[in-house]
Amino acid sequence: MKNPFVVDELRVADCPSVPITKILIADDNNTDRLLLKAILCQQGHEVFVAKDGHEAIEVFREMQPDLVLLDVLMPNVDGFEAAEKIRQLAGEAFIPIIFLTSLQSTDALVRCLDAGGDDFLPKPYNSVVLKAKLDAFIRMGEMHRTMQRQRDLIAIHNERLLREQEIAKRVFDKVAHSGCLNADNIRYLLSPIAIFNGDVALAGVSPAGNLMVLLGDFTGHGLDAAIGAMPLAQTFYSMLEKGFSLQDILREINEKLYDVLPVDVFCCAIVADIDFSNGVMQIWNGGLPDGVLYRSFDGKSIPLTSQHIPFGIRNTAHFDDSVATFEVQPDDRLFLWSDGIQEATNNQSEMFGEERLLKIFEKNTDPEQLFDEVNEAVAEFISDEAVSDDVSIVEVKIVAPIDFHADRPDFIGSNPAGPRDWSLKYELRPQTLSNFDPLPMLLYVLRQVPYLRNFGGQIFTVLTELYTNALEHGVLQLNSSLKNSTAGFDHYYQLREQRLLHLQDGTIGIQLDYKGTGNGGRLKVTIEDSGEGFDYKNLENGLSGDVPYAGRGINLMRSICHSIEYLGSGNVVCASFVWGDS
Amino acid sequence: MSISSSLSTDGQELQINIEGRFDFNVHSSFRRAYEEPGNEVGSYIVDMTAASYLDSSALGMLLLLRDYAGGDSASITIVHCNDDIKKIFAISNFEQLFDIK
Repeated sequence: MKNPFVVDELRVADCPSVPITKILIADDNNTDRLLLKAILCQQGHEVFVAKDGHEAIEVFREMQPDLVLLDVLMPNVDGFEAAEKIRQLAGEAFIPIIFLTSLQSTDALVRCLDAGGDDFLPKPYNSVVLKAKLDAFIRMGEMHRTMQRQRDLIAIHNERLLREQEIAKRVFDKVAHSGCLNADNIRYLLSPIAIFNGDVALAGVSPAGNLMVLLGDFTGHGLDAAIGAMPLAQTFYSMLEKGFSLQDILREINEKLYDVLPVDVFCCAIVADIDFSNGVMQIWNGGLPDGVLYRSFDGKSIPLTSQHIPFGIRNTAHFDDSVATFEVQPDDRLFLWSDGIQEATNNQSEMFGEERLLKIFEKNTDPEQLFDEVNEAVAEFISDEAVSDDVSIVEVKIVAPIDFHADRPDFIGSNPAGPRDWSLKYELRPQTLSNFDPLPMLLYVLRQVPYLRNFGGQIFTVLTELYTNALEHGVLQLNSSLKNSTAGFDHYYQLREQRLLHLQDGTIGIQLDYKGTGNGGRLKVTIEDSGEGFDYKNLENGLSGDVPYAGRGINLMRSICHSIEYLGSGNVVCASFVWGDS
Repeated sequence: MSISSSLSTDGQELQINIEGRFDFNVHSSFRRAYEEPGNEVGSYIVDMTAASYLDSSALGMLLLLRDYAGGDSASITIVHCNDDIKKIFAISNFEQLFDIK
């Protein structure tokens, strides 16, 4: 595309550079007038004459000269008055006015300039001085006209650029700010310093009901910073909708940005994956300042520190997708921000900084006000100075699963009739279990059933829950009672990572069995793991007893499934879903 | 703000000195500093003694230098960073890409 700021030299050169200068002479003295006219004609100029100020104005109006020579003392309208009128008529055009005078006093000469003259020529005329002065003014006039043409050209280009940016922004906003940013428990603020800003906020719900939030900050500002947001947003939403795990999404975003962005453009980002039903939040932070997890029960702020290189710098082989895992409870709050807040600068060139930010959290008495308090403090700090970076902030309040209202992505399928009667059996062995997530593939299979396109979310929640249990408690033999303390919680997820990495034995079998009827269907999900199982009698009697995982999960599943039962030694679980007239 | 550079007598090591704000305004002079000596240079030292500030486009410029100097095999040492600059490198985890002292 042509750079809009490069002034088209051809078009400037197209305009004739005034080969003949039109000059108006106004003088009531016939001899002086004729003499001056003769000199100027000889120098190649086109000359018009007037006998007094009044006539000068008329001739100016009619002939549009480039330069005006006015005698100071004339009958009817004098030179000063004529100059004023001619200035008005000339408007924006640069018309040098030079006074002709035989007066010698400093006062008189100063008055010529005060009255709007650009210079004065003493009588009697010296043709050499006269030529030098006129040539200088003609050059100035040409320069002025060139500048005006360029200015107008820039204005046109700038207007076009802004129009193009506005259109691009509408497309950008659709892509980058769709999702569920408007959910009740999310607040966000993105303030652009240009039409585009380098900051991107994305939020969406996975088929299993997890909320995934991403705040990204691209290098630079404006169009160059916004361009990378498109592949970022598209990758995020399309993979989230297909049920991919946080790690898969992180890797894919990095690869995409690594492929498309130039070497010096990258994206600092923080990504949170929040599982409301199990109270677990995973964080990946690559290059953004510490986010904050504000814990409601003790008012403590846990820093969410950057541990990774930003997106788009290193290739897949060097990309680190490891995440930090946190326990969360309803009313906890997650705060994510770009460096714009810390770098907000006041008129003494001081930066807002991390200390001031954390002070707000220490002093706060009503967590509901935190978001506003941060924004007000930053606004007050910078007063009316322009913010030096993009200030972006996102707050997510953790809520109970039933209080989380956000539109889940629509399930888009292509076959309205869909498969009617089928079953699928899938066994995962150790090498697969350690680094592959089978859930997106199973979701894809389930989505072929028309009903599940729109209502499969809850079933997917159960499928995810049962698979996680089979993996963590069955195959990896992790004890969920570890998660009862914060230290244990961290330990649990460290153990999980270690054991997965060194997994030698163990399998998980998944069976899906579907039968559709006229207006309904029945889906049976059976998951069997190679673990020891557990004493599920207590569970069935309504006792918590020796339950290997947190009680929240099982209650949620019971509320969704038609039935859920444990078989064998507790290593087999069978959940069934029934809908319509089945 | 200004960028100056000096090549060791054997032509093997290029030292680039950053003065003042290291941001987009020094983009072309920073680039010139490492492109002019050519790619015979074996290792690079970026001296931040006189640098006051560094923004994300400066990080981008360092990535360009790294790319020019051979990507993963590049030998680039960044020395004498003040605390603010150290913090920026820490947040972006650039110590995984550069030798920061």
